[in-house]
Formats: sequence, structure tokens, C-alpha cells
Amino acid sequence: MSIWVYSENPDLMLELLGKGRELANQLGAELGAIVLGQGVASKAEELAYYGPDKVYLVDHPNLATFTAEPYTSALAGLANKYKPDAILLGATKRGNEVAARLAAKLNVGCVTNCTGVSIDPDTKLLLLNRLVYGGTAISTQRCKTKPQIATIPPRTFEKASKTDRKAEIIKEDVAVEEPKIKVLEFKKKEFKGVRLEEAEVVIVAGRGVKKKEDVVMLEELANLLGGVVGYTRPLAFDLKWADQWVGMSGVVVKPKLYIGVGVSGAIQHVAGIRDSKIIVAINSDPDAPIFKVADYGIVGDLYAVVPELVKALKAKAK
Amino acid sequence: MPKVCVCVKHSYDVSEIKVDPSTRAPVLVGVKKKTSDFDKNAIEEAVRLKEKLGWTVTAITYGPDDAKSALREALAMGVDEAVLVTDPGYEQSDTMVTSRFLAEAIKKEGPFDLILLGEVSIDGYTYQVGPRLAELLGLPQITHVRRLEVKEGEVVAERDLEEGYEVVSAKLPAVVTVTKEINEPRYPKLMDIMKASKKPIKTLTAADLGIPDDKKGAAGSGMEVLKAVAPEMKRKEHVIKGKEPPEAVAELLDLLAKEGVVR
Repeated sequence: MSIWVYSENPDLMLELLGKGRELANQLGAELGAIVLGQGVASKAEELAYYGPDKVYLVDHPNLATFTAEPYTSALAGLANKYKPDAILLGATKRGNEVAARLAAKLNVGCVTNCTGVSIDPDTKLLLLNRLVYGGTAISTQRCKTKPQIATIPPRTFEKASKTDRKAEIIKEDVAVEEPKIKVLEFKKKEFKGVRLEEAEVVIVAGRGVKKKEDVVMLEELANLLGGVVGYTRPLAFDLKWADQWVGMSGVVVKPKLYIGVGVSGAIQHVAGIRDSKIIVAINSDPDAPIFKVADYGIVGDLYAVVPELVKALKAKAK
Repeated sequence: MPKVCVCVKHSYDVSEIKVDPSTRAPVLVGVKKKTSDFDKNAIEEAVRLKEKLGWTVTAITYGPDDAKSALREALAMGVDEAVLVTDPGYEQSDTMVTSRFLAEAIKKEGPFDLILLGEVSIDGYTYQVGPRLAELLGLPQITHVRRLEVKEGEVVAERDLEEGYEVVSAKLPAVVTVTKEINEPRYPKLMDIMKASKKPIKTLTAADLGIPDDKKGAAGSGMEVLKAVAPEMKRKEHVIKGKEPPEAVAELLDLLAKEGVVR
């Protein structure tokens, strides 16, 4: 029996190795780590110390740049040869598109963006949890076909740590398709300061914030608390105040402290803040749904409450 | 003239889904459906190709009879032809079955030069159907596209990825999934809505597409849903009401200090 893990994202790969090791131990299965690319033998050498039993390496010129078709064919080639029971992939955009294409190639089921993975004691199959209906419900799903394919978002599980044990590295020459897509350019997104998904304190501006200039007030609050400012989808997307938003369709955050300012608490937004340690809401509408999912809240005008909060924090800091 | 196919989903309007208080299961009965947001962007992009380059546009949906209303909307927006792919096992179908039906319908109605669809559906949110379709049709896939340029036999697209924007090109035919950013879908005029209501909608079934019983519905699906329940948000719900801001803020900071999240 074997479980494989793969992500093109190095941090996520370590998280998958962490969870994969736990699942493999429970099942008495072998853990395989997949390394794909060109000139990536050193990557395989390094990952070999992070808990897998085997590292399968495909080093091929068609994998020099990440495009879905050759990456999918390499994974399919390995899967057809070794018949793993499950393949866990990272749920990045690239990871999800490869997972789905791989599932179609292998003619099997696939469950994307799983926030929980456990083992069904009866069938020994993976029980996969994912949010459905815009975050209204968490469903438990199970693959009926093998390999079971699931994808897991970043920061869902703990990273594997380095061990003294080195896994066996198996270099495979599977057939790798020619790229069907030509990559012409990559324009890196500019992120100022701490990334939303990594911040310990996240202050989110919602529709109650009337003007973009008013965000300065939230930034001041964020600075005092050592956090960053994010936006709900209507502000970021409809009003174009920012490139990204907090929510199920945007950035999922899990800070120690989340403060929603003028955020009503639509389910899609709540699905993106659910795992925050403490949720605070400031809203003038006592019936705003955000209060039902908050630990602490103030019913009041944010234009009075936020400056007061800033003042109090400044006084404390002195 | 080249042909573009746009795949649309008649999705549950997730903002309308309520939870049964006793079972905590989502209640889908009676929930309004609508064309999935991202698929509307795909329709808009397809109709712009028609307007700019004279392409013909076919909209295809896989769903029950009520999915015709998504097709009517597509027709009102300017789509030329509409196809309903339907099967009694629809509700039990996973992405594997959905993609199979759509791919077979695309083969039957095609060949198409371009297949467009939303990056994800508002209710399923799997991100799977675009890539699966591309694989089943043996075509290149370009997902998460926020800008699309169609040239002679080729597309150039800008993809929105986590770390940046990737500009890629591919030879046609190709499968392209689009984000909400790509365009602003038009609101059809009343006249167009009335005209669309009279246009024919072609229906295709599993038999028409040669899909056997064991490849459809629950039997043909690669995964099963064991249960779905609303997550319990065990939060303190300590709401400070009717207090002046200084007093409310002092109380809040006190509570947050006790939680250890502010000093």
C-alpha cells in the first residue's frame, strides 16, 4: 500500500509530507514523494530527509517550465507504473488543474481543496472534508476509484521536519508529453509587507467602510496590533480597492486575531476566516450575521469605534 | 466561420442556502438557481468573439430541465445555439460524469475552435471541469484567465496565479477557463430576452451521446459524498451593545488581553 504526495510549492510539499507520513503510519503504507522538473536531482536529495520512504524523481526537459500537460503526463506515467493507493497534491491553482487533468487521464474521482483528511476504519480509504455550497457546509467525501486523488490547500497541515533517515531515490524515465502551452511572460505580484495569509493579525474592511481614504484608519489600527489590512470581495473586486480579498474565493486567513470592520459576514467571507483564533466584529447593525460567528463584537459606528480603539492602543503602548 | 463553445452551469444560488437547524444539513429544496457567475463571464467573452470576429457561439449545459433557464440567459446575451445535456442521474453526478457528458456533447456538436467556461462553479467550487474536459478532448488547457486575445489559430491569455500573472499562448483548439475579472457580463435587453424565449434548445441524452448506464449518475462517478453538515462555529458571541465607544473599546481590549491576543 502506498500514499504519494506532490506539490510544486516547496512549503506545501513539506506540509503534504507531514500529513502523508501520519496517514502512511496509520495505514502501514509506504510514503512516496514525487519530484518533477529539469535539473532537480538536488531537490530529490533534500526531500529524501523529510520523511518519505521513497522519492520518485522525473527529470525531463519538458518539465523545465510548469505547464499542466507534461506535468500531468509525468504523474500519470508514475501512477500507472507503481499503482499508488492515493495521491495527495497541493491545492494551488497549478496543483488543482493538474489534479483534475490527472484524474481525467486515469479515469478516477478527485476531491479538491480538502481541509481535513482521515482514514475510514472500515474501508481504509481516505475520508476527505471540503467546504461545499459557498462554505455553507462541510462535506465528507470518499473516492470510489484508485488512485484516490485529493488536493490540500496551503497551511492546512504542519510541515514535516528534517530527519536523519534518507529515503531511497528512484529516478524514473516515464514518457513526458511535449508542452502544449508556451509561457511568454511571468509578472510577479507585488506584495507589500507581510502577506495576508501569513499575518498574525488581520483587520478586514467591509462595506461599512465608505471611502478608500478611510482605510488609513484601519492601517493605523493594524500597525498598532502588528497586523495587516485586508478587504472583503465587494471592496476589492467590485470597487477595485485591492487585488485580493479575504474569503473562500480569495485568500483564506487563520490569524490569531481577526477584526472585521463594517463586515456583514456573508458565508463566503466567513468560510475564509473560520479558522482564526479570535474573531472580532465591529458593525453598526446588531443583526449582522458576523456577530453570530464572532467571539467578541461591538455594535456601533465604526467611524467612532475604530478611532477610539486606535486611541486606547496608543495610550497602552506608552 | 470558427466556432466557440461555452459551457455553463445552472448553479444553486449559494447565498440563499439555509441550514436545517435540527440536522445541520444544507437545505437545497426550493433554493433559487442561477447561471454560475464565472460562466456568465465565459458567455460574455464568447459573445464578444462573435461580435468582433464573427464566430458562432454554442452554449452547452449539463443539468436537469430547469437548466434551460441558464441557456435562455445565454441566448439572450447573444449566443447562437443552445444545447441541454440531460440525464436523470444528474444530481448524483460528480465532476467525472459531468465532464464526460460535456465532452461527448462537445464532440457531437463540434468541432469547436475554442471551449470557454468559468474557472469554477459557485456551488461545487471544485475547479475540475475545465481541466477534465481538456484532457478528455485531448486539448491544451489554460485556466484562471483574466485577459484573452484570440488571433489566427492561436490564443494569448493572461492567467491569474497566486504569485503572479502568467502570460501564455496556445494553438487552437483549446480549453480556457475564465475569472470574474475578465469582463463585465452584459445585461440582456428585454427584446433579446423575449427573442431568446422563442429560440429552440436542443436536448441530448446519455443515449444520444452513447454513454452507458455504468458511466453516468452515481454509478459512473469516481467519488461519493457521505455527508454534508454546516460547520459548527463555536464562538463566544460576546457582543457589546448600547455602550459609548470609549467604554465599549475598553471592555473589548480587556477581553482581548485575557485571550492573550493583544497586550
